[in-house]
Amino acid sequence: MTTTLTLAKALGAGLHRAMTDDDRVVVMGEDVGRLGGVYRVTDGLQGAFGERRVLDTPLAESGIVGTAVGLAYRGYRPVCEIQFDGFVFVAFDQILSQLAKMHARTGGKVRLPITIRIPVGGGIGAAEHHSESPEALFAHVAGLRVVSVANPQDAYTALRQAVACDDPVIFFEPKRRYHLKGEVDLDPVDPLPMDRARVVREGHDVTLVTWGGLVGTALDAAVAASDDGVSVEVIDLRSLSPVDHDAVAASVRKTGRVVVTHEAPRHAGLGAEIAATVTDRCFEYLEAAPVRVTGHGMPYPPAKLEGHYLPDLDRILDGVDRVLGRVEPFVPAADRRVAEVAR
Amino acid sequence: MMPSEPAVRTGPTAATPPKAHDGHRAATPRDARAERKNPARDVVRTAPRQDPVGGAATPTLRLLDEDGTRRPDPELDRWLADLDPAASDETARSSARTALLGLYEDMVVARRIDAEATALQRQGELALWPPLLGQEAAQVGSARALRDDDFVFSSYREHAVARVRGAELVDLVRVWRGVAVSGWDPYAIGMASPQVIIGAQALHATGWAMGVQNDADAGRVDAAAGLPVGVAYFGDGAMSQGDVNEAFVFASTYRSPVVFFCQNNQWAISEPVALQSRVPLVERARGFGMPGVRVDGNDVLAVLAVTRAALDRARRDGGPTLVEAVTYRMGPHTTADDPKRYRDAAEVEVWAGRDPVARFEAYLRSVGALDDDGADRVRAVADAAAAELRAGCVALTDPEPLSLFDHVYTEPHHALDRERAEYAHYLASFGDDGAGGPGAAGDRAASGTAAAPTGVAR
Repeated sequence: MTTTLTLAKALGAGLHRAMTDDDRVVVMGEDVGRLGGVYRVTDGLQGAFGERRVLDTPLAESGIVGTAVGLAYRGYRPVCEIQFDGFVFVAFDQILSQLAKMHARTGGKVRLPITIRIPVGGGIGAAEHHSESPEALFAHVAGLRVVSVANPQDAYTALRQAVACDDPVIFFEPKRRYHLKGEVDLDPVDPLPMDRARVVREGHDVTLVTWGGLVGTALDAAVAASDDGVSVEVIDLRSLSPVDHDAVAASVRKTGRVVVTHEAPRHAGLGAEIAATVTDRCFEYLEAAPVRVTGHGMPYPPAKLEGHYLPDLDRILDGVDRVLGRVEPFVPAADRRVAEVAR
Repeated sequence: MMPSEPAVRTGPTAATPPKAHDGHRAATPRDARAERKNPARDVVRTAPRQDPVGGAATPTLRLLDEDGTRRPDPELDRWLADLDPAASDETARSSARTALLGLYEDMVVARRIDAEATALQRQGELALWPPLLGQEAAQVGSARALRDDDFVFSSYREHAVARVRGAELVDLVRVWRGVAVSGWDPYAIGMASPQVIIGAQALHATGWAMGVQNDADAGRVDAAAGLPVGVAYFGDGAMSQGDVNEAFVFASTYRSPVVFFCQNNQWAISEPVALQSRVPLVERARGFGMPGVRVDGNDVLAVLAVTRAALDRARRDGGPTLVEAVTYRMGPHTTADDPKRYRDAAEVEVWAGRDPVARFEAYLRSVGALDDDGADRVRAVADAAAAELRAGCVALTDPEPLSLFDHVYTEPHHALDRERAEYAHYLASFGDDGAGGPGAAGDRAASGTAAAPTGVAR
C-alpha cells in the first residue's frame, strides 16, 4: 500500500508498525507519550500501545539511554527519542561506554538492539543547542551504526530496519525536512539495506555527496548546475557508519570529481573521511582534489546568522565550480607569500 | 518494621554507643600539616561526621556485635526465621546450621580467593586486581538473599557476589589478566558483566526492572510469585554520579523492582566518603521518594535480613529501596594503589577490629555451629578454591588476534569486514598464520604491574 506522508508521519507509521510486529519494542523519551513528541513523531502511539510501551520519561537523557540498556538486557528493543540534537551529550557516556561496547565486552553474549532517534541539524531558526550536527562524534565510535534519513520513504523503512537491527543505531532525523511530503510504500519489497547509499540524481561531471537536511539543497544545486551545463550526480549517503564507500567510489570513478557537503564543521568531519577514502581508492581517477562545503568551525550561530553558517545552494555551486577548476581556490595571503618566496 | 514498609526504620535500634573514631583525625604532626595545606581536607573536616556504626540521626542496623554476640531484633529476625541455630525443631535446626555454615564458607572462600588473586598480581600473572578484603559480609549477605531470576548489575569489586551467583572462579580473573573484557555469560548466572564506569550500572538495573514490569503486564512473569528484582551494586563514590541519581529518579517514579545496594567502604581511591556527601548516604533516599536503610555491612546476618526485606518490598510491587551497607575497604583500591598515602594506619586498625569473618566465626562457635574441625574443613575448601583459581588463571591463553573483530557488531558490517580482511592480509605477510606478527605474540597480560594506573577504575 502506498500513501502520502510527511517525513515525521512516516517515522510514526514506521514505529507503529514495528510496535505492532514485536511487543518487545518500546518507545521512550521526554514528551513522547501524551504529547506525541515535540515534533509529533510518536503521536498516537501511547493511546495505541499504553503507557508502559510508550514511556514519558524523566528529563534525564543518560537515564533514558541507561535504562534502555537495562531493558535490552532483558530482551526489549527500546527506541529512545532524544528531544533535540544538543541534548544528547549528557547521554554520551551511556552511548559510547555501554551501548557501543556491550556486545564486544560480553563476547557476543549481550545484544543491545536499541535505536536512538535524534532530530538533527539547523535551518529552522532555533535557539542554542537545537541545531547541532553531531554525526561525526557518533560515526567515530565502533559498535554503533549511524543512519541519516532524508525522505519519507527512507524514514519509514530505515526506522523499521533500525529497530529490527540487533546492533545499536543512532538514527538522525533532519528537522527541516520533518514536514516534507512524499509517497511511502508501507510494504516495500526488497528495500535498500540500511547501510547503503543511494544515488538520488545521476550525473557524469561531479559527484556530490551529502545526507539528511542538505539532500534537498544538493538536488536544487544539481538542477541549477545543469542549467549551466554541468551534470552533477547526487548521493544521499543515508548510512554514516558504516559509510558506503563502494557507492561513492563507483560514482567518483565515473565523474573524477567529488564534493562533500555537510552542516557540521569541516575539521575532523565526515567529509574528511570521505575525501580521504576517495583519494585512497580512486586516486588515479581523480581530476581534482576533493572539495568540502561545510559549516564553519564554531558553535552553531544565532538564528539570524545561520544562513552564513549552513551550506546553501550558492556555496554548494561554488564548491562544484572549485572542483571543476572554474574558480581559483582561496589561498590565504601568508600562503601566497610563502609560495612566492619558494619560487 | 511495619509489613508495608519492611525496609524502613525510623527510630534507632538498641544501639551500642558508637566507637570513638574520626576517620579524618590527623595521626601525626606531618599528617596535620598536610591537612592544613589541603583545602579538600577542610571540606571533609567541616562536613558532619559520618560515624560508620552508629549516630543518633541514622540508625545502623546490626544483629551481631563485634565480638559475635547475637543481638535480638524482632523486626529483622523475622527475615531470618530459617537461620535459627537454636530452633526447637530438629530438622529446622539442622538446616539452619547448614545455611549458617554456608554463609561462613562463602565469606572464607571469598577472602581466600581474593588473597590469591592479589598474590597472582604480585607474581605477574594478573595486570591488576581490585581486592574486596573487608567487604565479604556485605557481598555474601546480600547475594545470598537473591533468587535465581533476579539480576545483578555490579561494579568490578563484587567478586564474592559473582561467586555466589555461580561464576566460575577463572571467570573472575579473565579481565585482569587482559585476555577478555568480561568473564562469564551474564544470562547463565543472572549477573551482568561488571561495570568499570562508576555508577552506570544503576541505570541498567533500573531498566532491567522496568522490563520486569512490562513482562508482568504482558503475563510473561507471574507477579503472584513475586517480581524478579534488578539489583545494583555500587560504592560510596558512585553516589555522586549523575547516573546513580537518575536511576533513583526513574526507579522511584516508575516504582520499579530494584534494590540499590551501596557498599559504603569509606574510600573512593583516596577520597573519603565525606567528600561525596555531607549527610549519611542513606538519607538521600528520602528525597527520591524511596525508603533507605542503613546496615552494618560487616554483619552478614543483618545484611541478609535487610536485603531480603528490600527484595520482598520490590517483589510485591512496592518499588525500590536504597540499602547502605557500611563497611570498609581494608586493602588498596586496586593492587596499583597505595592507601598509606591517604589514610591512617590507626583507622585501618579500628576497622580490623570489626572484621566480618572473625565476627561471624565467633558467633557460630558461640552457638555450637562451628568447631575447630569445622573451621579446618572450611579452610580446606577455601584453599582448594584458591588452587583452582590459580590453575585456571595461569592456563588462560591469549586470544587469537583476528578474534578482535568478532563481536564489535552482531550483524555483517561491510566496513569492519574490510578492515578484518586487511589486517588478516597483513598478518599473513609474516609468512605463517600471523602468530609471529606484532600484537600476536606477547605475554603482555603477564607483564605485571607495568601499565596499571591507579585511576583505571575508581
